[in-house]
Amino acid sequence: MTDQEKILNEVTGSDYKFGFYTDIDTETIPKGLNEDVIRIISAKKEEPEWLTESRLKAFRHWQGLKMPEWAHLQISEIDYQDIIYYAAPIQEAKYQNMDEVDPELIDTFNRLGIPLEEQKQLAGVAVDAVIDSVSVKTTFQDTLADKGIIFCSFSEAVKNHPDLIKKFMGSVVPYTDNYFAALNSAVFSDGSFCYIPKGVRCPMELSTYFRINAANTGQFERTLIVVEDDAYVSYLEGCTAPQRDENQLHAAIVEIVAMENSEVKYSTVQNWYPGDKEGKGGIYNFVTKRGICKGDNSKISWTQVETGSAITWKYPSCILRGNNSVGEFYSVAVTNNYQQADTGTKMIHIGKNTRSTIISKGISAGKSQNSYRGLVKVLKGAENARNFSQCDSLLLGDKCGAHTFPYLEVDNKTAIVEHEATTSKIGEDQIFYCNQRGIDTENAISLIVNGYAKEVLNKLPMEFAVEAQKLLAITLEGSVG
Amino acid sequence: MNTNEVSYMLEIKDLKVNIEDKEILKGINLHVNAGEVHAIMGPNGSGKSTLASALAGRDYFDITHGKILYEGKDLTELAPEDRAREGIFLGFQYPVEIPGVSMVNFLRTAINSMRKYRNQEPLPAGEFLKLMREKKKIVEIDSDLTNRSVNEGFSGGEKKKNEIFQMALLDTRLAILDETDSGLDIDALRIVANGVNYLRSPENATIIITHYQRLLDYIVPDFVHVLYKGRIVKSGDKSLAKELEEHGYDWIKQEVDMDA
Ligand SMILES: Nc1ncnc2c1ncn2[C@@H]1O[C@H](COP(=O)(O)OP(=O)(O)O)[C@@H](O)[C@H]1O
Ligand SMILES: [Mg+2]
Repeated sequence: MTDQEKILNEVTGSDYKFGFYTDIDTETIPKGLNEDVIRIISAKKEEPEWLTESRLKAFRHWQGLKMPEWAHLQISEIDYQDIIYYAAPIQEAKYQNMDEVDPELIDTFNRLGIPLEEQKQLAGVAVDAVIDSVSVKTTFQDTLADKGIIFCSFSEAVKNHPDLIKKFMGSVVPYTDNYFAALNSAVFSDGSFCYIPKGVRCPMELSTYFRINAANTGQFERTLIVVEDDAYVSYLEGCTAPQRDENQLHAAIVEIVAMENSEVKYSTVQNWYPGDKEGKGGIYNFVTKRGICKGDNSKISWTQVETGSAITWKYPSCILRGNNSVGEFYSVAVTNNYQQADTGTKMIHIGKNTRSTIISKGISAGKSQNSYRGLVKVLKGAENARNFSQCDSLLLGDKCGAHTFPYLEVDNKTAIVEHEATTSKIGEDQIFYCNQRGIDTENAISLIVNGYAKEVLNKLPMEFAVEAQKLLAITLEGSVG
Repeated sequence: MNTNEVSYMLEIKDLKVNIEDKEILKGINLHVNAGEVHAIMGPNGSGKSTLASALAGRDYFDITHGKILYEGKDLTELAPEDRAREGIFLGFQYPVEIPGVSMVNFLRTAINSMRKYRNQEPLPAGEFLKLMREKKKIVEIDSDLTNRSVNEGFSGGEKKKNEIFQMALLDTRLAILDETDSGLDIDALRIVANGVNYLRSPENATIIITHYQRLLDYIVPDFVHVLYKGRIVKSGDKSLAKELEEHGYDWIKQEVDMDA
């Protein structure tokens, strides 16, 4: 073994911190997927008829689809009949008061660093905590309501704001969009809904924390964010899951609608259980995220730090329909051991003077595979569209893979599209240089990797940037040379 | 055990080093006392950088024989970062670029790692910046440089000055400067030499690796050694450097090659 390999093995050898399981009373329905199961889910959530029907329509469509195979991923077959589609901590209604919350649940979120007590939270961050299929607590709802902001679980929104849900749900990601979108539209359990009225700048970060707890369950949440004219919101999503030998399925949908002069910043720190060092277990993460810049001068910015999941399949995208609208995608995707990630974005330029920026930083270690896949599409009417893409790959060791698949479709001659790509290796020289200044190898790697990803990490809200930096270091612990 | 041994700052005893089964250093003997400046000269490929790297703990070298004692401790048992924390500083012949990592962040991490090793609290940001300002003056380093990424886009001269700046900042006791003079213009050379002289003290020692004598016009060494084909083949005082300047290495090579 060369020294480089030794260091590599060391740094890639660390453990997942959030792999614990909480023993809470959970109500589950039997495994399997059919129309009855969908009706049960819908009934449990006391949904209106139109939503039940919409689920069934999606399910029937899904049955006619095949799982997509174009991604650079090796996925063992998923038995959709062997999954539980609804699991919920037993509780009546949603907790209004902290005294009513199961102490085990509070403890779970505390261990995840997400206190549910408002006074203990980061000032300026409202949290919707979703465990398995349901939202257990949304904080700061009253404070937000004063400004006319709606921030609640998706289920609550269905009950309390049916018109908004009916109008916007599926308007950006229709159930026909793709295999996993169809599946989600059929069985989605909970998620968050956020509505910022005209002219309001949301005064705090909104955040949803997703936790898979129960075994053999899938998590299928939906998030819908609607931002009216001249409004602004910054939204953060985090997620973890217990450590298990079986793969668990997560197929989510996120839709964003941005009206005139509005801005949405959506940040994700994805840390689902990645599987063990031999590649056993881990979350299969198939997510459809898309935003539409509907109004002129609107802006949607996706920032993601992807460190978890055995498999990640995810392309947060922007449809730039309004004139002068802006789409941004900043991504750090780290894979280690046997993780596989196929992630990137689509920027669809429809309006005039639309601009998009793509900065993707892939970091691969161990025996992992890390791919960037991105589409920049400029439609005929998109006069003066601009895109800049930069896709960098950093390799730690020589058993991992980095791949870049940029697709370009330009139908307007005035468009300017630039693409840059680099691949580099963390050098033993860089690490030794740090060592020689008294910095040990783990800290050296963390320093180098964070330096490499800085452009993206800088886009995260401050509180989360620090967490993300630590996460990068932990994910790569045990890995470089 | 002979307690005299401990009085050397650095003692290298019959050191043999291999790279991939090829013997590069073939039995090096050298003592360095605190307060001394040693120059190691020799033609390209003699093993000068190998010796420096072996002292700093670069791991692709195999030490097959001999000992390195530093302040009485067996150096080979210390990890490279611990050698640095014990005061050994290597000025790299080719300083490495680390994109995205600012000098400030890099040096703060370095200093605090060293402080932690000595059970000291991290240096408060204000004090750290003050220390940086002080040390920057020694090497007349542009303050803009410390806001940039480590060595990224630095000119050759800036890189070398940056090494001396770090040497000054990091509580160095034994500095090993590997061709810090090569590629420098006279101005930069003078600045580098000033830095080294500034840090010269009865507690510190310096090993200057160079193959030109011109640096030694500015830093007067106590001893000069000639390394050739993995051995120190000649040692003397500063006049040896002058001799090499005038006559080149050929006469030494001939002597050595005839004996072989
Ligand atoms: N990393 C390495 N791998 C293989 N050979 C090396 C390596 N580093 C140095 N060498 C060899 O070791 C010998 C001494 O090199 P070096 O110590 O760099 O000499 P100097 O610094 O005196 O010019 C040379 O023959 C060189 O080719
Ligand atoms: Mg050399």
